[in-house]
Amino acid sequence: MTPYLFIGFAALLVTSSLLVILHRNPVTSALFLVLAFCSLAGIYLLLQAEFVGMVQIIVYAGAIMVLFLFVIMYLNLSHDIESGVQIALRRGTGWLVGAVVVAEGLALVGRHWFPGPFLEAIPGPRVGNTQQIGQALYTRYLFPFEITSMLLLVAMVGLIVIAKGRTAPPAAGDSGGPR
Amino acid sequence: MIPLSWSLILSALVFGIGLIGVLVRRNALIIFMSIELMLNSANLVFVAFARAMNSIDGQVFVFFVMTVAAAEVAVGLAIIVNLFRLRETVFVDEINLLKN
Amino acid sequence: MAALLENPDLQLAFWAIVKVLVILHAMLGIVSYMIFAERKVAGHMQARTGPNRVGPFGLFQPIADVGKLFFKEEFIPADASKVIFHIAPMLAVIPALVTFVIVPFGPGDAFVGTDLNVGLLLFFAMSSLGVYAITLGGWASNNKYALLGGLRSSAQMISYELAMGLSTIGVLLIAGSLSMVQIVHSQARLMHLGPLAVPAWNIFFQPLAFAIFMITAFAETNRAPFDLPEAEGELVAGFHTEYSSMKFGLFFLGEYMNVISISCIAVTLFLGGWNGPGPQSLGLLWFVLKLGALLFFFIWVRWTFPRLRYDQLMNFGWKVLLPLSLGNVVLTALVVYFTGGRP
Repeated sequence: MTPYLFIGFAALLVTSSLLVILHRNPVTSALFLVLAFCSLAGIYLLLQAEFVGMVQIIVYAGAIMVLFLFVIMYLNLSHDIESGVQIALRRGTGWLVGAVVVAEGLALVGRHWFPGPFLEAIPGPRVGNTQQIGQALYTRYLFPFEITSMLLLVAMVGLIVIAKGRTAPPAAGDSGGPR
Repeated sequence: MIPLSWSLILSALVFGIGLIGVLVRRNALIIFMSIELMLNSANLVFVAFARAMNSIDGQVFVFFVMTVAAAEVAVGLAIIVNLFRLRETVFVDEINLLKN
Repeated sequence: MAALLENPDLQLAFWAIVKVLVILHAMLGIVSYMIFAERKVAGHMQARTGPNRVGPFGLFQPIADVGKLFFKEEFIPADASKVIFHIAPMLAVIPALVTFVIVPFGPGDAFVGTDLNVGLLLFFAMSSLGVYAITLGGWASNNKYALLGGLRSSAQMISYELAMGLSTIGVLLIAGSLSMVQIVHSQARLMHLGPLAVPAWNIFFQPLAFAIFMITAFAETNRAPFDLPEAEGELVAGFHTEYSSMKFGLFFLGEYMNVISISCIAVTLFLGGWNGPGPQSLGLLWFVLKLGALLFFFIWVRWTFPRLRYDQLMNFGWKVLLPLSLGNVVLTALVVYFTGGRP
């Protein structure tokens, strides 16, 4: 049962992430990214990381992607217009480099094709996944955890500074004026 | 049961797709989304190895990566909005203030 | 055949389908009669009788309403994004339905969809996915009122989700688990206050958290007094201005499903779930009674309070509810730390 579910979620993840980068309409791209994150959460559940899977949906699908959608709607973006020799050249290069990296990764993995360790059910008492993460987070990883909170604080302050904008007109002068 | 290599292959594919997205697209928002895809493929590897090695540390790292991603997205989107206010575009090749 | 019947995967799938069907139909029934109750209660609060023509006491009114919705003309605006316009109403219903999977309606495995060890997080995940329905519905309609409604709702739901999440942390600290069944079990005992025997429901330990949870529940479900996304006086019905027929019906259904699922969660977290006097077999009855009381509370509030202004809403969420729920978390953590678990 589990392998089929894994293959299903994996196919969904790869298809939707391909559509994220291929679709012309940014809103559709964002929605496919939400789908990709949700299928990734499914894969996390299959890998017995329930807490991470749920947090994935809450943080990525519920907060980050809503922010993306908000910005896309606010900017009222139309479809990308992508044509011309220069752009076609760059696209070709991009695909080439990407394909090389994917092939490299697959080749590295392919060294140990199927004889890799199987992720089987671990015997023994299994404390709740959340409890284990909490214990690790507040003992061994306490310092990084506190640093993360500092990071969030700094990001918040930075955001407010950026969002308030400058009071003097910008040097470029095209759409200046007090904001 | 799921072999570890499946997760690694999947992660490699998703990372590659994200990389192609960064290189190919010129819309700053799509580039940003592709970066999120790459971060998530790294998360998948963390979770898969946490499972394979029967240790929780990998999942704790995923937690940190998510926090950093949230902060990064918030700041990045604010920068993109400000850029749009200044230059009326989100296409990265039209943002060439330093050239002139 | 016998071997097929004993296949554990198949048995699991069979019971899952049975539970899904039972919960789905029970919830559809509750939704239709909650709408009826809403109209009746609103009528009596405004000194009129409410619907009373269809059937005895108007009891068949929901059936007539649904029939009317089905036969209405379906209208799609010319400039709408067609696919997203169709997907948005579905997104309104599905997360609300998924939430019921973790609610323990009674004692024993038969009354709970599945006892996840991250049950409460599933509820938050689903309620955060609910934002998309309204935002996308408003955006895809290509109508300025609908867009305003959608943007308002996404800002409102994200802001109030924080306070809601923080208000449940006190309960988690007391129960020591994210599993809904464990949370209900942690409220099963009685406290003896002198001659009085009081059930150890979390509402008595966490009254502030319960109040915050209920207030944010109104905001999350877009009910009055926080129904700004669909404020008919200023936004012409907000995000569903352009929706008609059963698509509007799905949004309507989704809103009431959300009210019911959030009430189920509130009963489980704060009101002791299926715990009550009498034998355990009465568990389902107690759950339904508590749920009914909360649903009446939702209706009561809607027809009592006026709508807030948008800046009042944001100020209240960020400057009042969030600090209060943070303080509640700190206080509960201190008490749990110094008393060693049980308050």
